[in-house]
Amino acid sequence: MTLPEEEVAEELTPGVPGRGPRRAPSRGRVVVRRFLGSRQGAAGLAVLVVMFLLAFAGPLLSPWSYTDRDFTAFLQPPSASHWFGTLQTGADVYAVTLRGMQKSLIVGLLAALVSTALAALVGAFAGYFPGWADRTLTWLTDLLLVLPAFLILAIMSPVFGEGTWALFVLMLALFLWMVTSKIVRSMTVSLKRREFIQAARFMGVRPVTIIFRHVLPNLSSLLIVDATLNVSAAILTETSLSYFGFGIQPPDVSFGTLIADGSKTAVYAPWTFWFVAGLLVVTVLAVNLVGDALRDAFDPTSTRPR
Amino acid sequence: MTPATTPETAPAHAPASAPVLDVRDLDVSFGDVPAVRGVSFEVRPGEVLGVVGESGSGKSVTASAIMGLLPSSARVSGSVRLHGRELVGARDKELNALRGRAMSMVFQDPLSALTPVYRVGDQIAEAVRVHQRVTKEQALVKAVSLLDLVGIPHPAERALAFPHEFSGGMRQRAMIAMAIANDPDLVICDEPTTALDVTIQAQVLEVLKKARDETGAAIIMITHDLGVVAGLADRVLVMYAGRPVEVGTVDDVYYRPRMPYTVGLLRSIPRVDRGAQRRLEPIEGSPPSPAALPPGCPFAPRCPLHVAACDEAEPPLFETGPGHLAACIRWEDEAASEAEAAEAEEAEKETQAPAEAEEAREAERAVEAAVPRGEPVLRVEGLVKDYPLLRGAVFKRRVGTVHAVAGISFAIREGETLGLVGESGCGKTTTLLEILELARPQRGRVVVFGHDTARLGPAERMAIRRDMQVVFQDPLASLDPRMTVHDVVAEPLRTHGLGDSGRRVAELLTLVGLAPEHAERYPQDFSGGQRQRIGIARALALEPRLLVLDEPVSALDVSIQAGVINLLASLKVRLGLSYLFVAHDLAVVRHIADRVAVMYLGRIAEIGAVDAVYDAPAHPYTQALLSAIPLPDPARERSRRRILLEGDLPSPAHPPSGCRFRTRCPKFRTVLTEDERVLCVEAEPDVLPVGEPAGDQGAACHYAEQLDVVQPRRNSR
Repeated sequence: MTLPEEEVAEELTPGVPGRGPRRAPSRGRVVVRRFLGSRQGAAGLAVLVVMFLLAFAGPLLSPWSYTDRDFTAFLQPPSASHWFGTLQTGADVYAVTLRGMQKSLIVGLLAALVSTALAALVGAFAGYFPGWADRTLTWLTDLLLVLPAFLILAIMSPVFGEGTWALFVLMLALFLWMVTSKIVRSMTVSLKRREFIQAARFMGVRPVTIIFRHVLPNLSSLLIVDATLNVSAAILTETSLSYFGFGIQPPDVSFGTLIADGSKTAVYAPWTFWFVAGLLVVTVLAVNLVGDALRDAFDPTSTRPR
Repeated sequence: MTPATTPETAPAHAPASAPVLDVRDLDVSFGDVPAVRGVSFEVRPGEVLGVVGESGSGKSVTASAIMGLLPSSARVSGSVRLHGRELVGARDKELNALRGRAMSMVFQDPLSALTPVYRVGDQIAEAVRVHQRVTKEQALVKAVSLLDLVGIPHPAERALAFPHEFSGGMRQRAMIAMAIANDPDLVICDEPTTALDVTIQAQVLEVLKKARDETGAAIIMITHDLGVVAGLADRVLVMYAGRPVEVGTVDDVYYRPRMPYTVGLLRSIPRVDRGAQRRLEPIEGSPPSPAALPPGCPFAPRCPLHVAACDEAEPPLFETGPGHLAACIRWEDEAASEAEAAEAEEAEKETQAPAEAEEAREAERAVEAAVPRGEPVLRVEGLVKDYPLLRGAVFKRRVGTVHAVAGISFAIREGETLGLVGESGCGKTTTLLEILELARPQRGRVVVFGHDTARLGPAERMAIRRDMQVVFQDPLASLDPRMTVHDVVAEPLRTHGLGDSGRRVAELLTLVGLAPEHAERYPQDFSGGQRQRIGIARALALEPRLLVLDEPVSALDVSIQAGVINLLASLKVRLGLSYLFVAHDLAVVRHIADRVAVMYLGRIAEIGAVDAVYDAPAHPYTQALLSAIPLPDPARERSRRRILLEGDLPSPAHPPSGCRFRTRCPKFRTVLTEDERVLCVEAEPDVLPVGEPAGDQGAACHYAEQLDVVQPRRNSR
């Protein structure tokens, strides 16, 4: 492996010919290549893209909108005019499901991303900067941990009217991040003592850069797993809120309201339930696939070929 | 290198009785991966067999196979006979009756080998009671006498202590006491001193010798340190890639090695008795992975004597002399070349020595002319660092102070290497971190490139960070596992706004002897030596003037270590670097440093030019330290007199009054008179110049006196 001294000296002479400036194999590129190279990740990503397309472009294909009622067909099985059948109210299951999917995808993915990002930032900063930063952030985390999340969400639900889904996402995320943040904090404390962080400090790298360049990537496995779990958690929290009548309000629909309604008729009119449930399962599965592949791509010890 | 054959080549403890242990064609494999292949040897009562090899050579697996301690996933075949009784395939119950009674083991890490929740005395007593029908009280009495035997002071009190209250050396003594509790016929020691400091290692080796003499047991000593084996073993077995490649008496293996690997190992060890002028000869490449062995001789890809025939089949062990076996088809050539080399060396010594010395002096003058000496790149004056000792969970009270560094001063001039040596806990790493921190020290001054760190603005500090870089001990821990090699090496460039060009990274990787294609791999994909080269490449990225090296080679195998030392030496000359080289291994420091500072308990005990300090140490601690280092030279090792230090390093929270070394000082204890001792107890000595032509050697001892401890032939006492 090692070159003899003479050869090394030759190599060092200026203008090494024949070796053009290759594209630098930085971490970003390697991770993207490894992610796309894994079948799981590509499949999961493809499914997610298809789901988004379906949710947002799908309604254009059907003549029915989610607010329309077909008074000639109550609780009808799938047919040529109603592809997924109709509900008891005469609403088209296809249109309603896709509308619910729009909401749930956005709410689920965004809430998961926001909460994981929040957990990572608060945890890493609290762990990296001891003293008042740590105390303040830890106190904040503990405070949110003891507040009854469901109650507050329920009380605030009248505010989440039409068009304020962004606020809803924020509120959902706000109650999901604390436990992860505590884990991140303790892992940061132990990471901070590692020599590569010391090396970066002595090199003159600024603390905030160290957090983003060294601390967070080394916690990426945890964070990615957390984010994928949070997607399902957010969708389910939204579902249970909607089930109790909070959260997404009629006439708007979400997976939650649809499953709540559909479960009552699932036995004798399975189309009211199974399409929604199936899409929910596929979504969560796709998110998990993407998360797994992303984790492997970030993790250099994974044995997957790169 | 080859002295005349010593009269007592025959091992002192090898009676011609039946072997205690007879291992024949032992094979161990995990799944499809062979770990041990065809190991055969025998050990006679009272004999010490040294098993030497680098990490991954299968030596520990061999030991576990003998003890029957391998996991069930391991496939073991061949034969292991203890007093003629077959152990391979024996049932666990049978083995249990033998383990601890007929054979016992001393492990590398004494902390994890002792149960933390039981008292040490009880654990030893339990070892006795398992195999002997005695009462609890009798067993405890026996445990105390065993602790006394292994040299633990106040054994009756210490028997009541818990393992965490013992120091590393004492734990290892307790382990040895446990191992010999039932008068075993065979004691297997798996790297028993690797985790210990040199002076403690010397103590433990003495205890092992004593234990051998008391019990008459045979000892299998597994180690990677050729020095440890030289003084202790009667016969040596060298392992490589899971096979024994050379077996013979200690003198045969060290003075007349027939296997190129053994030759390479012996040449690549840095030695305290040799100066820096001699370049180490590293073995090229790294050991093969056991899963992908080369077709012929496993050492062939790294072998300097490699010929086409080597790749055809794995060589068997050839009988190259009485009781001396070597697995090399060219052993006769090796013998011939050795004779030639010995002759050449003799001739060289006679004719060329003056010329060479002249050359060296000339080179030194050239270096002196090239770089302006005298301008210190780093000056430390009276540096102090205390840590508060806190207790309590809610209300932290200060219950004491750890004086990690208690006022040390030294300077490094441009183009110079200062070695900072000392045992663990002496404050060398704290010193290094204080310097790297570039903040105002608690007391004293740190001046880097002429800037006092207490008066640095952020911009200046950044500028200094650019000129001063660090290489850490553990190459894996100091490289971010989530970064590609490119990102690792480019990080300093990016931080200091120089952009990360793939070109510069490729250049740096080539400079440290790696291929530019390696840039897109992760640090895990490299061997230890290569990782350390990546660390060095990163440190060199900004073309620094001062490199701070924290034990850069101590985590590496001997054959790899030599390559990294040579690389550091050549980079220093080529790029005009200055090094602050922190290490516990004095032999490595001798090879790389120009000056050396020996630290003890937060203070400098002795400082001076390397040759002066090593050839004529004046401080009793330096003398003890140097005499404790085992030399890979059996004849000299046997005739050497060790200065054994008693006890352990005192706690830096309660350092002794006056001279910090006086509690362990052999001079204080034996030579000095009552009146002379008063000074040691009352006054803390400063570093004062010693030596006839008052050079820059200085020792912090009231009664400093130069003494040669490395070369016994010129030893005056």
